[in-house]
Amino acid sequence: MDLCNCIDPPWSADDLLMKYQYISDFFIALAYFSIPLELIYFVKKSAVFPYRWVLVQFGAFIVLCGATHLINLWTFSMHSKTVAVVMTIAKVCTAVVSCATALMLVHIIPDLLSVKTRELFLKNKAAELDREMGIIRTQEETGRHVRMLTHEIRSTLDRHTILNTTLVELGRTLALEECALWMPTRTGLELQLSHVLCHQNHVPYTVTIKHPNVNQVFSTNRAIGIPPTSPIAMIRPRSGKIMTGDVVAVRVPLLHLSNFHMNDWPEPSKRQYALMVLMLPSDSARRWHLHELELVEVVADQVAVALSHAAILEESMRARDLLMEQNVALDLARQEAETAIRARNDFLAVMNHEMRTPMHAIIALSSLLQETDLTPEQRSMVETILKSSNLLATLMNDVLDLSRLEDGSLELNIRKFNLLAMFREVHNLVKPIASVKRLSVSMTLAPDLPQYAVGDDKRLMQIVLNVVGNAVKFSREGSILVTAQLERPEALRDSRVPDFYPVQGDFHFYLRVQVKDSGLGINPQDIPKLFNKFVQSDVMTTRNYGGTGLGLAICKRFVNLMEGHIWLESEGLGKGSTAIFIVKLGIPDPRNELDHQIAFPIQSNSNHTDFSGLKVLVTDDNGVNRMVTRGLLARLGCDVTVVSSGRECLQAISQAGQNFKVLFLDVCMPEMDGFAVAAHIQEMIPHQHERPLLVALTGSTDKATRENCFKVGMDDVLLKPVALEKMRSVLAKLLEHGSQCKSR
Amino acid sequence: MATVDLQQQHNNLINFLYEEGFLDEQYTQLEQLQDESSPRFVEEVLSLFFDDSLKLLHNIETTLNKEPVDYRKLDAHLHHFKGSSSSVGAQRVKNVCITFRAFCQEKKKNGCLQCLQQVKQEYYLLKNKFEDLFQIERQILRAGGTIGGTN
Repeated sequence: MDLCNCIDPPWSADDLLMKYQYISDFFIALAYFSIPLELIYFVKKSAVFPYRWVLVQFGAFIVLCGATHLINLWTFSMHSKTVAVVMTIAKVCTAVVSCATALMLVHIIPDLLSVKTRELFLKNKAAELDREMGIIRTQEETGRHVRMLTHEIRSTLDRHTILNTTLVELGRTLALEECALWMPTRTGLELQLSHVLCHQNHVPYTVTIKHPNVNQVFSTNRAIGIPPTSPIAMIRPRSGKIMTGDVVAVRVPLLHLSNFHMNDWPEPSKRQYALMVLMLPSDSARRWHLHELELVEVVADQVAVALSHAAILEESMRARDLLMEQNVALDLARQEAETAIRARNDFLAVMNHEMRTPMHAIIALSSLLQETDLTPEQRSMVETILKSSNLLATLMNDVLDLSRLEDGSLELNIRKFNLLAMFREVHNLVKPIASVKRLSVSMTLAPDLPQYAVGDDKRLMQIVLNVVGNAVKFSREGSILVTAQLERPEALRDSRVPDFYPVQGDFHFYLRVQVKDSGLGINPQDIPKLFNKFVQSDVMTTRNYGGTGLGLAICKRFVNLMEGHIWLESEGLGKGSTAIFIVKLGIPDPRNELDHQIAFPIQSNSNHTDFSGLKVLVTDDNGVNRMVTRGLLARLGCDVTVVSSGRECLQAISQAGQNFKVLFLDVCMPEMDGFAVAAHIQEMIPHQHERPLLVALTGSTDKATRENCFKVGMDDVLLKPVALEKMRSVLAKLLEHGSQCKSR
Repeated sequence: MATVDLQQQHNNLINFLYEEGFLDEQYTQLEQLQDESSPRFVEEVLSLFFDDSLKLLHNIETTLNKEPVDYRKLDAHLHHFKGSSSSVGAQRVKNVCITFRAFCQEKKKNGCLQCLQQVKQEYYLLKNKFEDLFQIERQILRAGGTIGGTN
């Protein structure tokens, strides 16, 4: 309350007090006005302050307070009523606002306080997240290290590089003190220290596989901690206190090549493992974290795969080296075989001619000698010579035949022959020899056997003779039964001859011949060997019965050539034996049987090109030559006309309706020779496609003659005398070539 | 039985002829041309050859004996003879022909005369042998066998 003081004291003590109050009020007002300004200024600066309304209130409160104090200044002296009213209003307002503000603050201050707590909370959270980020980053880095390590390991196929890289990288990534690898020894009963990261010592430590720690590690695929005192962790020589950090071990499966061949994975007991030991540094308080253990397990698996790859590669390189060696050896063997074959062929070539010639001479002359008058001694000597030389000739022929058979160069001479007559001949040949040994030979021919057949009769007879001969040779007494019959293909599907597939057909039949004897018999075990070369039942047989052992081998090959089968049956020694063979023979063309007057025989077995009906004209002044050439061409099936001079030839050509396809012209003829004839023909028939083919026949080997023939327009030149095959091939070539010419 | 004997004889004779050089491979060709449709082909050809050659020999002798000797004509005859003999495979005859021809070209009368004797000898030798051979063949055929049968 103001004291209405009407007295004006001149600076008394009261005045002093009032002055101080005056000044203080002034400053208070100043401050009170400046605070809101500051507030406004700073709030305007910060955009986030949420309590603007409160500020406004506060500002109003302060402003009014300031106003009050300001107005107070005027109340120190005498003042009018208006001032008092203003003062009162100001004070009332101030009171209202300040009460409101006080009330507001009750709500606001707890909020403001909680902001602080939230801030603290968030700060903590942020710190935690930072920590976790750090952990994740380290994990990611280790992951990267693992990938890199895997890549390194997998990029090499050398076992040692793989293992060393593993240890080095693991050591780096996990900051290990020591890292080691124990591999199983050859026996599989011990583990041997094979790779160590830091401490290289050359003394091989071994640990038995039965150690409980080892079993523990091998029993699971996780990495497990092991006590540092375990022998597998004792990698360094002891030096004072054993203070190593945590040790962890993990198994590394060693996959062998054989593992990949099985359909399902092998049981764990069969697997071999290596052991990897990792030691943390002893001077840090680190412990093994889960993610590090996982990393170790992953690495162990990768190492296993990489090692298996390396193993596979080693194996395949070894196999390849082996194969190369074998290839070289095979090549050598092949070369040697080829040399041997060449040598044999050379030998055969020599033997063929050089040995046969004198042989034949000996035989021929000895037989001629036999015909002359001789004393009995001389006769017996000559007979011996003949017999021995025949034997020798047979042997030579046999060997040569066999070689040719094996080469595949032997061909059957297929022709029509009298089948029944052949059997009769065999019978006649064998009877005398058999009767000497007091053996009876009976031959039974089935009534449905055809009289004529088409095949190689010489060789068929050879087969029959050989088989019957064997029967006679190996029988001391008793009888020999020979039967020949037609064989039905159904009957041929015998379980005993599984490889033989006879085919039914209209143009061939199967002949079955069976020779049964009551002789020595054969041991069933020996039967398969009998058809081998140079083999007889046993040594005694050879000594007693002689022979080369080639007979059956040759027979078998002939029978095979005739698309047949031959085999022997015997119930045992002393029980006789039966030889059976089946061969395929052709059925002869019925036309040939009936008409012998056919001038141009149609071949029932044309094996090469068929010239049947080909019209040819032969011009030769030599009658003998004409006949021979005609016979030759007729044999090939041509329709042959012969003339004896060039003039007749031209006459025949100029006849209307002539259609000779080939002309054979003898070069040397009196009056008009082959050249002149050819020239005339060229003039007469200028178009090549209308002209017949011209073939020159000459006895001269002169090159000039040959050239002249071609110059004058001949299509070919033949050297007299002409062989059948040569004629055939020349005709074939000409007809082919001729048709090519004409088609142009 | 007889057939076998005969065939043995036949084969022996043929072998002999080959070995002695009377026949060469061309004769084998001729044999190949003989079959059921022309069963006596070889005999026919050889008969023709022998007849033809007889006439030829006669002509050659006449030509040589005439004065002066017409060597060109002689050469023609010899060419003919050589051709025939080589067609039937009469090796020795052919060889003598070749020698004969050489002398003829050199116009050496003595050589020619010598060759004439030789060729006549060869001719008769071969002819006799073939007469024997054909006889055997006919016997074989009569006995029911086939020529070129088994050995």
